[in-house]
Amino acid sequence: MTNDTSGLRLRGITKRFGTFTANDAVDLDVVPGEIHCLLGENGAGKSTLMNVLYGLYQPDGGQILIEGVPQKFTNPKQAMAAGIGMVHQHFMLVEPFTVAENMMLGNEGGFVLDKNAARAKVRELAERYKMPVEPDAVIEELPVGVQQRVEILKALANDAKYLIFDEPTAVLTPQEIDELMAVMQVLRDEGKAIVFITHKLREVRAIADRITVMRRGKIVGHAEPGTSEADLAELMVGRAVDLRIAKSAPAAQDVRLQVRDLKVANAAGGIVVDGVSFDVRGGEILCVAGVQGNGQSELADALIGNIPPLSGTLTLDGVDITRARPAATIGAGMGFVPEDREDDGFVGTFSVAENLVLNRVTQAPFSRGVALDLGAIAANAEKLKDEFDIRTQAVSSPISSLSGGNKQKVILARELSRDLSLLVASQPTRGVDVGAIEFLHRRIVEERDKGTAVLLVSTELDEVEALADRVLVMYRGKVVGVVGPDTPRDVMGLMMAGASHEEAVRAAAEQPTPLVEQVHEAAVHHTEASEGQEGNR
Amino acid sequence: MTELTTPATKRRATFQWRGIAITVAAFVLALLVGAILMIVSDPEVAGQFAYLFTAPALPLGAAWAKVSSAYAALAVGALGSPAALAATTREAAPLICAGLGVGLGFRAGLFNIGAQGQAIVGAILAAWVGFALQLPPVLHVIVALLAGLLGGALWGGIVGYLKAKTGAHEVIVTIMFNYIAVGILAWLLTTPAFLRPGRQDPISPEVHPTSTFPGIFGQLHVGFLVALLAAFGTWWLIERSTIGFTIRAVGANPNAAGTAGMDVARTTIITMAIAGMLAGLAGVQVAIGPAANGVPTPLSQGIVGSVGFDAITVALLGRSRPLGIVFAGLLFGGLHAGGLSMQSIAGTPLTLSMVLQALIVLFVAAPGLVRTLVPFLRERRAVVAGGQA
Amino acid sequence: MSTATIALRDEVIRLDQTESREARRARLSSGGLMAGIGLVLLVLAFRTKGEARYALSGYFDAVQLPTFSLPGLPTVLVCGLITLAVGAGFLGGRLNPRLRAGAATLAGIAVMLGLVTWAASGVGLPFQISNQLAGTIALATPLVLGTLGGVLCENSGVVNVAIEGQFLVAAFTAATVGSVTKSIPMALVAAVIAGVLMAAMLAVFAIRYIVDQVVLGVVLNLFASGLTGFIFDQLVQPNSSQLNSAPIMQAIPIPLLSSIPLLGPVLFNQTILVYLAILSVFLVAFLLYRTRWGLRVRSVGEHPEAADTVGISVRAVRWQAVLLGGVFAGLGGAFFTIGSTGAFNKDITVGNGFIALAALIMGRWHPVRAALMAVFFGFVTQLATQLQSLSTPMPSQFLLMLPYIATVIAVAGLIGRSRGPAADGVPYTK
Repeated sequence: MTNDTSGLRLRGITKRFGTFTANDAVDLDVVPGEIHCLLGENGAGKSTLMNVLYGLYQPDGGQILIEGVPQKFTNPKQAMAAGIGMVHQHFMLVEPFTVAENMMLGNEGGFVLDKNAARAKVRELAERYKMPVEPDAVIEELPVGVQQRVEILKALANDAKYLIFDEPTAVLTPQEIDELMAVMQVLRDEGKAIVFITHKLREVRAIADRITVMRRGKIVGHAEPGTSEADLAELMVGRAVDLRIAKSAPAAQDVRLQVRDLKVANAAGGIVVDGVSFDVRGGEILCVAGVQGNGQSELADALIGNIPPLSGTLTLDGVDITRARPAATIGAGMGFVPEDREDDGFVGTFSVAENLVLNRVTQAPFSRGVALDLGAIAANAEKLKDEFDIRTQAVSSPISSLSGGNKQKVILARELSRDLSLLVASQPTRGVDVGAIEFLHRRIVEERDKGTAVLLVSTELDEVEALADRVLVMYRGKVVGVVGPDTPRDVMGLMMAGASHEEAVRAAAEQPTPLVEQVHEAAVHHTEASEGQEGNR
Repeated sequence: MTELTTPATKRRATFQWRGIAITVAAFVLALLVGAILMIVSDPEVAGQFAYLFTAPALPLGAAWAKVSSAYAALAVGALGSPAALAATTREAAPLICAGLGVGLGFRAGLFNIGAQGQAIVGAILAAWVGFALQLPPVLHVIVALLAGLLGGALWGGIVGYLKAKTGAHEVIVTIMFNYIAVGILAWLLTTPAFLRPGRQDPISPEVHPTSTFPGIFGQLHVGFLVALLAAFGTWWLIERSTIGFTIRAVGANPNAAGTAGMDVARTTIITMAIAGMLAGLAGVQVAIGPAANGVPTPLSQGIVGSVGFDAITVALLGRSRPLGIVFAGLLFGGLHAGGLSMQSIAGTPLTLSMVLQALIVLFVAAPGLVRTLVPFLRERRAVVAGGQA
Repeated sequence: MSTATIALRDEVIRLDQTESREARRARLSSGGLMAGIGLVLLVLAFRTKGEARYALSGYFDAVQLPTFSLPGLPTVLVCGLITLAVGAGFLGGRLNPRLRAGAATLAGIAVMLGLVTWAASGVGLPFQISNQLAGTIALATPLVLGTLGGVLCENSGVVNVAIEGQFLVAAFTAATVGSVTKSIPMALVAAVIAGVLMAAMLAVFAIRYIVDQVVLGVVLNLFASGLTGFIFDQLVQPNSSQLNSAPIMQAIPIPLLSSIPLLGPVLFNQTILVYLAILSVFLVAFLLYRTRWGLRVRSVGEHPEAADTVGISVRAVRWQAVLLGGVFAGLGGAFFTIGSTGAFNKDITVGNGFIALAALIMGRWHPVRAALMAVFFGFVTQLATQLQSLSTPMPSQFLLMLPYIATVIAVAGLIGRSRGPAADGVPYTK
């Protein structure tokens, strides 16, 4: 950039973990009144860089300059004192604490807590930045969007000049994303310097004043805000990518999964799936779209049998599976890709080979009686490793040593290596790099083409558009509507916020949001593309 | 699994070398701390240190005499003769069994602090079969053995049931079950069924010779072979059976195991029952295994000693692997056998071996501390890290 | 967006609520438990003869209060019916959730009264209420102090299974230092130092060397037992007149208050440690919930990363909490020697540290609730001892098991999966 020294400058930042170089001589400039987008895939080193900047990691080389003065941060307190504020991807909020307690933490004043002063401070900040929060609300009882508001206010509390937003949109509804964008624009106009970390191209195009792309720990390029999504994607991934996969029209077949009046409660007793009914036919992909936390996770858990439903029925190929436990649903031919793969999908200390037979180990050929057949387990692993292109040193390596995408391939390989009547896949590509996404999507479509019914739960509209034959939108545990995959994005977004299809269509026509306006062109482009695709069928 | 490719094998070999080096260093450090403890707690020796600067030979000589005589007695008592080795195996047998019970729990993510109570219940039932029933020789041992296993399995299984069905934390429940087992034993020893005729103090009749583990050589008896068999069986169960696969999966990640169709609650109950069974076997060892005097100790309040708590250290030192547990059991068995001779020959209290045991485990559990204290190992670590690079 | 949508997003989501699985299980198991005990009481009622006498004063008290009697069969019968009714209310789910706590307390009192009446009926001696209260206080004092030590430790995210070991070393140190110096204050200071040193061992292995904390606690207990046992065998026992005959703390009556009948001597004529224990409950509650330090302690126990990102040193705060916890555990340990006979004996603490741990968990990591649970344990243990002296039909060994059985029932039936600090037992590594 220029030689002037205003703002925050990173020069040659290098950070290694053992032999792995997470950041390799990275330069980055952040100047007041500007939103600087740092774009890159998962694992590109964006978060590491920001943790270095925030004093959480010490760099192995390079310099941080603020207004031309070199800085050395050994803990976040120093970074904060230098005017840096961070909005973390995983909120740094203590859940059982109130908003006020979270805001005062680390900056409490006297030895005895002055809660009134803390409340006043929260109100003042909320007023000043027009982000209403209740000081005495307990964090864990607040919706995610409001929690993020607290996180932002916390970053602003000590008059931060430089704000880092680390993947802030991952957990938000499309409308909350719009609102966040508006907040970021207001802050920019107030003269704050903002770093916006993301891997979502659409958001970059909507808001960035400047774009820097990172790949494998290095800065690989800069781009103008007007750069097309395709170009940005290519820069980010390092090769031309096509996220739309070729997919034929679904061949209509019989209903395989029937869900009727399903009611499911979460662990705390809240009814999170409330009278849901739908069918999935063989050979079709039904996408359940919705913002995180609107009952999709519990719906999937009820299907596999992890949560017994309160009422309603589940029927798979004519067999009642309403009260079946996972062993029985798996036996009935249900494949299951859980939403939280680290937690529910595999056993981290187990080898790849063991994880590949996790739900079938008691069956032939993997065991005889109670004796394991290690040979058969290893042979199965070698076969699936090749078939699913699982990148691992050896099938005897623990699965925890694999990348996110390869872990997900193990899970999908395990599920797809059986004869399935239904595949339930929740967020199958979350946190997975682009190359693996293509592969996983292709395998899911292939499974559909074999006549399996596929229920895909996704909060990513890109994924919904790429894979769905029909889209079921859920909001607060209820079905808002079932629409086609070509439904415009803004309409879908409004439905995900609870509007019915007609309301959404009307509202979208009347009052386009700023983001929608900016990405309208992209949406049109996209619709044309999918029409073109339809033409190809 | 076991089919390891070359790089993995290499890494494992390096790891094992480090593990052994750390264990040896931990042992030496523990002996050093024990030596210091011996010196400062002996008024005569400690008193000599007033002359440290005027006549250094006096305190150092006294300290050396004290420590060397104690440790020499310890070594001789543990390893010094075939008879000493046999005594070591006798001490090790219950430690190995109970250690397997605790280790199995660890593998399943369960903290089985209840080996003590499980061993007590196992000992009660085995001893009762031993002194109350009249059975033919071989059958009698087998029935006593099975009764003890059943008792331990029951005592462990209840905990597993409570954990699985109510979510009660097994650490608290097993600790309480230890005390309840002690109470039951105390009560039983007041009842006519258990109290030795003609005695007022709580002690049971001696078990019949037909129900005693036959001796092999010196203090070595069949019970030690049973312990080795149990270790092999546990290894096979954990590493080579579908039950073990399930136990390990539930232990490492219950959510994923449940989602993969495994019954987490049932596995928890089974695991605790098997763990209890192994700890119960430790009770069997003390109830029908011949003691140093050649006959089994009759049932009394302190019958199992502290085997259940020692077992935790054995499992830790053996890294919850059956083979490791066998070695750890032999090590601590040697410490006990040697401790007895240390007490009788050098006049150093047996409790020192408990201190040594705790220290060894503490050092092994904190390799970082060992490396700080032993510079030689620190250098090795650098080499190893370089090797992995 | 329209303002309507934004308003929509602002409201806290309130879902239709059904009973959570946890709550249902807790309700059913406590209901079943109460109904079962109620039935047992009903059976016992018909085997109760005569009447039970309750003495409000000890034999030697200056002011003698009357001794009153309860008719055996009717009292036990009523107590049984009350317990059964509350149990049925829990099982049927008909009981208003807001009334449940009160109903459960009522049932608890009914169970106690019923059991004692059954045991004391037809026995010549009256049941000594003042003894019961005094014994409860004596037994609860070390438990309260120990559990507070655990509360501090675990709220900062370090599991403390080593309260027993801290007790043991502190009890030993208090006895020997007290014997040598013949001074209670010196003995107390020494006990505190011993408790803190044990806590430091816990901290260094748990925080610095990231050893599994449950396992560590067990090993530290073994270490404490071996260490005190060894020094006792080698040094103290051969010289017990010099090293194991510490002075005993004397009761300090508080003027006026101590002359209140019945409660006065129990609460206001006690040793310094009892007063310290009571004060400590409030002190720890104040520290944890009203001060900067407490906020930080709780934050590192719940979400250490969040604390780190606002510049709080997670390890330093944990060290402080663990060491301060050692102060309380040390005071509690001193009670076993200089609060009792003045002499140490091997494993003199007989599992009290584990009871303190149970109280901590049942009190859900809150200082006041945990202290109340500690008092409850003291009460049950004392009850067992009292009933033993009444020569009741139950074998004394079973009575002595009561506190342990009560713990299992409480942990399994009433509490279930209690939620502690989120990062309790999780070492913090960057």
